[in-house]
Amino acid sequence: MSIAITTQIICFTILSLVILIGALGVVLLESIVYSAFLLGGVFMSVAGLYLLLNASFVAAAQVLVYVGAVNVLIIFAIMLVNKKEDLKPINDIKSRRIISTSICLTLLSLLIRVDLTNVWSLSNPQNSIGEESTIRIGEHLFSDYLLPFEVASVLLLMAMIGAIVLARRDVMSKDISTGLPVDQELIEKSSEPLLTNKN
Amino acid sequence: MEYGLDLEYSFNEFLKGFGLSSEIAHIIWLPLPMLLVLVAAVVGVLVTVWLERKISAAAQQRIGPEYAGALGVLQPIADGLKLLVKEDIIPAKADGILFTAGPILVLVPVILSWLIVPFGQNLLISNVGIGIFLWIALSSIQPIGLLMSGYASNNKYSLLGGLRAAAQSISYEIPLALSVLAIVLMTNSLSTIDIVNQQSGAGILSWNIWRQPVGFIVFWICALAECERLPFDLPEAEEELVAGYQTEYAGMKFALFYLGSYINLILSALLVSILYLGGWGFPIPVEIIAKFLNLPINSPFIQVFTASIGIVMTVLKAYLLVFIAILLRWTTPRVRIDQLLDLGWKFLLPISLANLLITAGLKLAFPQFFGG
Repeated sequence: MSIAITTQIICFTILSLVILIGALGVVLLESIVYSAFLLGGVFMSVAGLYLLLNASFVAAAQVLVYVGAVNVLIIFAIMLVNKKEDLKPINDIKSRRIISTSICLTLLSLLIRVDLTNVWSLSNPQNSIGEESTIRIGEHLFSDYLLPFEVASVLLLMAMIGAIVLARRDVMSKDISTGLPVDQELIEKSSEPLLTNKN
Repeated sequence: MEYGLDLEYSFNEFLKGFGLSSEIAHIIWLPLPMLLVLVAAVVGVLVTVWLERKISAAAQQRIGPEYAGALGVLQPIADGLKLLVKEDIIPAKADGILFTAGPILVLVPVILSWLIVPFGQNLLISNVGIGIFLWIALSSIQPIGLLMSGYASNNKYSLLGGLRAAAQSISYEIPLALSVLAIVLMTNSLSTIDIVNQQSGAGILSWNIWRQPVGFIVFWICALAECERLPFDLPEAEEELVAGYQTEYAGMKFALFYLGSYINLILSALLVSILYLGGWGFPIPVEIIAKFLNLPINSPFIQVFTASIGIVMTVLKAYLLVFIAILLRWTTPRVRIDQLLDLGWKFLLPISLANLLITAGLKLAFPQFFGG
């Protein structure tokens, strides 16, 4: 066995262990902040797996999108609303846990079945495209995957407009959730810079 | 046009001469450039800290460090030693694990980014195909470390500083990436080597700064904001937030933040010089010098001359930019947080988008000047 293959196996083992333990930690830990940081670790390890598969562009995109954007926003949101309050204990927690575990196990068995029945066509390492993959991904995005790409961007735009509407209540005359008229004075006060109020 | 010294090849050949297999030779080679770059980064930080102290002193009509070595050149080493031997304190109510992991997460991506900084045709750790994109991806990890240390300190100033730092990094990452994209569009490649080679045609005249003046300014502003340098040092604004996310840190953990911010500053300056100022290129093309000296382009003299002038030019350009950054820090006032976010989202973002569109249009119209 050559040194390169040994290194790959060691890296693969470490990365898989980090992904498995990290993902379990995300679900099972009580502290939501720890879960969020562990999620970042899991995303990083997935990027490491992509690197092992010679997909450096996908790995970098994974880091940029999932760690740099999604995970940072999750942590950001948690820290902005991090109120120290004790959550009410749920009565039927045991039955809820049993239901969610069984759903997860069903999904897992479905994945295992797909894994076992699918015929994986392993490509020869000699014809892997490696660095050229960036160009190939670009070509696909602008030809046969153009429509899904554009539809995904429309979805993101919709989410963004929704978030803006929710955050800026002053564009609406009524509160969306309660239906009461909005107190415009409060909004104007909050949109002014703090320094201008000091006279 | 593949010329230049290939140290890795000659080193491997040298070891094979002792009867080692090429794999063993490769493994012995691997840590050498990494170590070299790490040392270069730390020495760069020491020089920058000294420059910062001297230039700030000059800006305020003081003398600055004087007694440690000639002109105080040993002052940064004294600073570093002081931080090294200080007691490592973790506040009683802080979260120990996150408090320790935060500074590491801030420093590691910055050092990893040095992977793609070329000092010459073959003088970089790895010519990865995704090149500059790797730097953009890695620099997006940093906010997590800042949020982590801000949260773990269990201090309201730290938390606010961490949140501000993350908000600032996210907002300035987008115009930064868009101005890099305009360069990539002209180069047809993400690799930093290709980006420099594309600017090496006619010396100073072919540098990207003439073709991308708007991109250059947007990139420089965003790079300063990413480094949290004044006028954008809101995360650690001392009048408002004590020291932001660094408030509770002392000793070596604080030194990691300090090191990280200065390595990041040098890295940004290096990348500006690579993307816009021709990287290792001499203002006069080497071909003309070779012709003037009547030597063939592959002669050993010209090869060594090119390699050494390459390193000197890269470092010189980078330190010129560091000088400008230091001068900016000691002569400009700090912006307010709403001004900062307005500048990022309402001014730099539309401008960099327009710059990208115009570059694409110019590339179609004049392919010989804007990369075909």
